[in-house]
Parts: sequence; C-alpha cells; structure tokens
Amino acid sequence: MAVTDMSLDPSVVPAENTKNAARKPRRRSVFLRRPFFSLALLVALGFVLCAVFAPFIAPYDPTAQSIEAMMQPPGGEHLLGTDSFGKDILSRIIFGARYALTIGIVAVLIGAGGGLVLGVAAGLSAGWLEWALMRLIDSILALPSLILAIAVIAILGQGVDKVILAVGISLIGPFSRTVRSDVLQVKAQLFIEAAHLMSIPRLTVIRRHILPNVFFPLLVQITVRISEAILVSSSLSFLGIGVSPPTPDWGLMIAEGRGFVSFAPWMSGMPGMALAILLVALAIVGDAVREEFDPKLKRAQ
Amino acid sequence: MLAQAAGKIAQTLVVLLIVSIASFSLLKLAPGDPVLLMLGSEFDQASYDSLNKALGLDQPVVVQYLEWLGSFVTGDWGISYVGRADIFNLVVREALPVTLTLTACSLGLAILIGVPVGVLSAVKKDTIWDAAAAVFALTGTAFPSFFLGILLIWIMGVQFGAFPVMGFVPPWEDFWAGLYHLVLPSITLSTFFIGMIVRVTRAALVEVLDQPYITAAKARGEPGWRVVWVHGVRNIMMPIVTVIGLQLGGILQGAVLTETVFSMPGIGQMLTNAVLGREYMLVQAGVMLTAVLFILVNLLVDLSYPFLDPRLRPR
Amino acid sequence: MTGVSSDVVRVDAAPLLAIDGLTLERGQSRILDGVSLTLGRGETLALVGESGAGKSTIAFALMGLIGRTEARIAGKMRFDEVDDLASLNERGWSRLRGRRIAMVFQDAGAALDPCYTVGGQLVSVLRRQLGLGKREARERALALLEGVGINDPEARLSAYPHELSGGMQQRIMVAIALACNPELLLADEPTSALDVTIQAQIIRLILTEIRARGASCVFVLHDLALASQSCDRIVVLYAGQVMEAGPSRGILENPRHPYTRLLKSCVLEIGTTTLDPPEGGVPSYDDMPAGCRFATRCPNALQRCVAERPPLAPEGERLIACFNPEPRS
Repeated sequence: MAVTDMSLDPSVVPAENTKNAARKPRRRSVFLRRPFFSLALLVALGFVLCAVFAPFIAPYDPTAQSIEAMMQPPGGEHLLGTDSFGKDILSRIIFGARYALTIGIVAVLIGAGGGLVLGVAAGLSAGWLEWALMRLIDSILALPSLILAIAVIAILGQGVDKVILAVGISLIGPFSRTVRSDVLQVKAQLFIEAAHLMSIPRLTVIRRHILPNVFFPLLVQITVRISEAILVSSSLSFLGIGVSPPTPDWGLMIAEGRGFVSFAPWMSGMPGMALAILLVALAIVGDAVREEFDPKLKRAQ
Repeated sequence: MLAQAAGKIAQTLVVLLIVSIASFSLLKLAPGDPVLLMLGSEFDQASYDSLNKALGLDQPVVVQYLEWLGSFVTGDWGISYVGRADIFNLVVREALPVTLTLTACSLGLAILIGVPVGVLSAVKKDTIWDAAAAVFALTGTAFPSFFLGILLIWIMGVQFGAFPVMGFVPPWEDFWAGLYHLVLPSITLSTFFIGMIVRVTRAALVEVLDQPYITAAKARGEPGWRVVWVHGVRNIMMPIVTVIGLQLGGILQGAVLTETVFSMPGIGQMLTNAVLGREYMLVQAGVMLTAVLFILVNLLVDLSYPFLDPRLRPR
Repeated sequence: MTGVSSDVVRVDAAPLLAIDGLTLERGQSRILDGVSLTLGRGETLALVGESGAGKSTIAFALMGLIGRTEARIAGKMRFDEVDDLASLNERGWSRLRGRRIAMVFQDAGAALDPCYTVGGQLVSVLRRQLGLGKREARERALALLEGVGINDPEARLSAYPHELSGGMQQRIMVAIALACNPELLLADEPTSALDVTIQAQIIRLILTEIRARGASCVFVLHDLALASQSCDRIVVLYAGQVMEAGPSRGILENPRHPYTRLLKSCVLEIGTTTLDPPEGGVPSYDDMPAGCRFATRCPNALQRCVAERPPLAPEGERLIACFNPEPRS
C-alpha cells in the first residue's frame, strides 16, 4: 500500500510530466475533487490495517475448530458466523486480508520486475531481436493470466509461495507491454537522440534517461494491477489449486462454503463480500490514480 | 493489403510456435516421471524401458518436440493416464463445445447490454445516467465473477428457485432447456465484460459525437436516434471489436471459474481436475487450446479492420 | 466572379429570415451580443469578421445545432412563417433541417461520414426527406452530382469520402445540401480548407446553384474581398456584435466603420486571406467593454464608446454601429 501513497504525492511526478502538461496553479486537493476515491482509499487502508494488526483485532484463532460452534449464523458470539468446522469467519476474513494483500503486492512486484526487464529489452532492441521479443510478449499475452497461473501451479504444486510466483509470472506479459510502449515514447524524444550523438554510453542512457521515465508509469500500473493479482490468486484458491486448507484465504473460504449455499449462505457470502469490497475499492483507487497521473490519458483530454 | 495480411498471419504462426514450445516444456518441467505414473506401482526395468521407448522419451528433446508438435497438429493428443480416454476427444469434442457455448452466450449478452448502456452514457454525458453507468461498469469489471455466481445461485436459485444452478444441457439437443441452464452462468460471466464494453463504447462514442460528420448528419435533418446509432455507433465498431478480441482472454479465464461454480463440464473444469489429478498432458492440451483460440480470434479481429473502417481498405 | 455580383437582386418586403437581437451566452461568456440582420428571398449575404467573431455560431444557431444545455439563447430568429427558430422542438426542426434550411460545412472531408459511401449518404437524404424510392433516389443523386460538376458520377456514388479530393468532397457536400432544394443555404467558410484555385470554383458553384433555385444564402467568410465579390450584402461582425451592414460594393469601396476599414486594409494591402490585425487582439470574453466591443482597439474611439453601446443606425442603404464613423467619401 506504500506504493499507493507514493503515487498520490504530487511531488513524485517527474519533471517530464510537469513540463508537457504546463501545469495550472495547484488545484483543489485530489481528495476533495474525488470523494469516491477518498472513500475507496479509506476502505483499502482499512483492509491494510486489518492485515497488519490481524492478531490483535481478530477475536478468535482463524484455524481453531470447534464442534460446538459449527455453522452458526452471523450475530451473537461469532459476529459473522462460523463455518462447517466451527471456525470463526470474521477472524478468518481478517487474517485472510493478510494473505490477499501479501500475495497481491508481492506478485505484482514480481510481475513488474519481469515486465520491466522484458519491456525495456523489447523497447530498446531493434531489427529481428525486437521482432522476436515482441512475438515472445505476444505469446505470453495469448494466455489469460489465470490460465497461465494454472499452468505454473501445475508444475510447481500448491502453496502460498507458489501462488505468489504463479500470479507474478502471469502478470509479466501485461507489464512488459506497457513498459515497452513507454520506452518507445521516451526513445522517440529528442534528448535521447542528443545523448546518443554525444556518445554517452548506452547503459548510462538507459539508467539516466529511460528508466526514470519508465518508472513512474510503472508505479501507476502497479497500483492498477494489485487488484488483478488478488483476483487471480483468490481464483486459484477458489478452484482448489491455490493455497491449501486450513489457510484462511478468501477464495478458499468461498469455495468451502459453496456446497452450503442453501442453508449457510454466510459461509461463502462473508469472505466473498470482503473480496468484492476490496476489489471494487482498489479498482476505484486505481482508476483515479491512472486518471490523475497517466500522461497518456492527460494528453487525450 | 494481401502483403499486410500475410505479415499478420506469419506473426501469428510464430506466436503459435512459441506457445507450443512453452506448452511442450510444461510437460518436460512437470514433476514426476510419466512412465512411472502410467505403470503404476508394480513394474520391472524391462517394461519401464519398453514404455520409455514407446513414448519416445529416449530421443533428444528437439526430436521429442517435433514429434509432439506433429501429433498435436494431427489431433493425436495422447491418452489420459487416469481415464484412459483419448485427450483430443475429451477436450475438443466434449469440453470445448461447452466452453464455447457459454462464451458465445456471455459475449452476446455483454454486447446486447454493454453497447446500449455505453451509448446512453455517452449521449447523456455528465448527467446522472452517465454517473450511474460508470458506477455500474466499474463494479462490473471489479466484482469477482465466481462470487457473483454464488450470489446468483443463492438469490435466483435458492431463494426464488427461478433458474437451474448446476450443469449444462447442450442447446443443440434441447434448445430451451439449454438456454434455461445458461442464464445464470452467462450473467455471471458477462458482467465483467459488460463493464469493459460500456467503458470502451462511452469513451469512443464521446469522441465520435464531437466529429463534424455527426453535426453534418444532424444538419441534414437526420433524427437523433439515427445520428447516434447509424453514424455514431458505425464509427466506433473498431474499438469495440478490438476490445472484444483483447478481452477474450479475460472471458476465457472467467469461463474457467464460471464452469466450476455452475458445475459445467467445460475446459475450465477439465483444467482444474487435470491439475489436481496431475494429468499434465490434459493441462497442456487445455493451455494450448486457450492460447490458440485467443490468437486466432485476435488474428480475425486484425483482419476485420478493413471491413470495419473503409479508410483502411486499399484504394 | 465580379460578373455575378453586379446583378443585384431586389429585396422583398417580407424577408425570408429576420434575426432580431440574437444573444448567445456560453457560461459567463457572451458569444453573440444582440445580433440583428435580415435576409431577403433570393438574396446572398456574407457574415464577415475575424475568427471568433461569432459568424459560425450564428449559422449553427440558425440550424438549431446548439443544444439548450450548451448555451443560453435570447432574441428572435424568424424564418419565413416560423416565428422563432430558437423555440422549435425536435419535431419542428425535423421539418426544416436539411429540407428548407441546409448547410455546407467548412471541412467537407470531416463533415462526410467516413464509414458510408458518398452515394449512401446522398441517397439516404433523398429517400428520407423526399420519400423517393430506391431507383428514383439514385437517379436524382446522379443528376445532383452531375449538377455540381462531378465527372463520372456513377463511379463516385460508390466511392468513400476519403477516396475523393478536397474539392470533390466539397462539391458533394454542396450536392447533399441542395438535395431537397432548400430555401436557405448556410455556407460556413465553405472554401477555407481548399486550395485557392478551387475556392473560386466552389463559391461560383454555390452561387450558380442558389440562383438557379431562387434560394437565399448566408456565407460565413473571413475574407472581405471575397465576400464583396460574391454576395449582395455584407454584415461585419466583431466579437459577437454587428459593426456595419450594407450592400457589398459600398462597404468595400467606402467602409464607414473603423473596424471595417481595418479589415479592408488587411485584405488589400497585405493581400493575405487570414486577418491578423496590426495591433492588439480581441479582448477575452471576461473583460469585454460594456459598450462597443471594438472600443479597446479602435483608432477613432471616443470616451463614451467604452461605456455606451452605439446603436445600429441606418445611414442611407447601410447600418452602422459607431459614434464616430469614418467620413463618407
């Protein structure tokens, strides 16, 4: 979540962006202009707090089973009810936030890292190498992220670390495509050509000029794609091939409650609502971040 | 234009080749020895060697790949270890039609709802309708489809008992029963897509409605609905078709989840079971098929551009 | 072209179009400020002024193409028996637009729908507006294309707009506008996107077709010389106000309003078609003077010009809105 906060700070905007936008004098705070965004950000931060302080907030041990308290409806001692093993759903949701956010953020960082390498390589290369790298990116993109993640899971097996890796790998394709287009844009600008003419070494040009200009859009992409990573990871768990029980993972909890929908709808419903609320909140935050900071969208306006 | 199309097709072939190499290496990277898996617990060295040889596993990797590719192209996708069934039959004849039917229904539903909502949003720009459509689209794209499916099962199936919540009836055998079974899965799968189409339609149409030819059409006395639907929507076909192609991956991965939620025997359910049962050849077939579908549809999208925009046609 | 302007048409007692005190406000900006003008049957009129003077806005208002949410419109636009165009609903407009009032746009390349053939767009107008059958409409379309000087109209019918040259596109625009024999044609800078040599052809084409049909025409132009050559009368606009109006020849030969004189000096001395006045620019709508809007740049400006709006007063055949006009020569 630190990533989100950073992207919102106007001082992080690199010089290139301020230059071409010919910024008007400081407008009203983004929080006032976008009330939905502020609300969504608060919700997302709430989830982060839950994740960080889970052991202090959760009323029960998320994996403790209890035969006496099986499938209790919400209310009373267990605020959001219990599941078929008598585990407290609220506690599991609170701990589940940990898994969702950790998996989401780490996986996105893996995807962004891989995408950065592949995207910069494809953007800077020329001739047949560029063509080959483009086809490589095309073929990664030909597989929807969930299918690719399923294939990786098939090789690696199940578990939290494997889910992170699988989701991370599945995000390399989309990241590399956007990084490449950003690199191409920077490359077309005159100061890069000038640097070449001054025979500044290639690697220095990449480090000094290309990377800083690619980095900021990449941060925007990261905020936008965290929700995708969370969705794919919980989908894997929902399919029963992600993390294994009794890990308090939302996707897993939804899957476990699926068979009990007719008489204990809260079993799937509560973790499902948690997932849906987090994803919608992240989508609103991501949209706002993109609209505020994406130079491509700005130019179109 | 022919040269352009040929270039596109060549690119597609290379992408298919890379995907096939990746699919092949999936089999090689998978843990466990397929020979051991097939033989079961009791065997001797001689039967191991003979099966190893029969499967061609004693050959160099490149030869193995080429042989695999040859048999894949000719429809010989191997035998499932567990079910002892022909994988090609299992995947293409049984699972694929289910997934394609579900995908087509959802796509149709998404276009039928998404385009009009997007048009309304663009025509009523900056009004309460526009805002409502934006909220609808954002929620639709962000909401986890598998949870939506369970919600629909609970509300429509359990509370009202209005729709069947499980299984698949082929519409080509019993059309109405098939359609009836497809209602909830199609809604589940299309929600994400509706949101996408609403956004693209709105963004593209807002731009098009500002064009002089729209004003000119009004000045010629064309009624408002005609200006929007005949001149406006005709001019945003390209972005809509493009987003359908690009988001086909999204809809295929949504199909995997939807099939699991509604217990439909499609590619998704088959893939999940294959991963759980360590049937790597089945996983491979599913992955390969999804990629081929995606690539071919996007090739079609690319090739359709000249039909959608006369300016892209050769003079 | 001088030959065309010499036969001055008699103005009817009851004009076809009478605009009275047309005012249009977009947000805080008053784009048009009390514009009044009349147009007789069979008459051609040019609205002349710099870009941003509100010429095109008048044309768009006359077509009902300015939405109620976009701008507030006050004043009256009487067209034939229709008392006020601004108060028409969509239904009322559908009987006028394209049928009795038609428009030729500035950039024909952008004003023709790129997704439909020329024939498709022309035929659909004929079929819908005149209720013609498929074959009749096609024959009529061919005749129209021939009429606007297009060779091989058969082949052009199935062409897409982007396959034609700019001049050809504008000819087709004219053909579409004339398809239903409108009583009033609005030509919004019909030639500014074209080569100079083709400009004259298009203007002449419009004038011939208009005269042949006995229709009236409002040209929006920024070139005073071109306007005086092609139209019977000229209305000079500055920042949404009428400065001077009258017969073309008189206005060009003896401009009385200081602004008209400035326009004339630009055209004749520098010989360019774009008007870049020597000093200063049009003030922004936020700090327009309450009186004459030209007062800030006017060489003849008096004290009262800034505060008090000079009325559009008749002087002979002309109308002049100035407290201190140039002397009659």
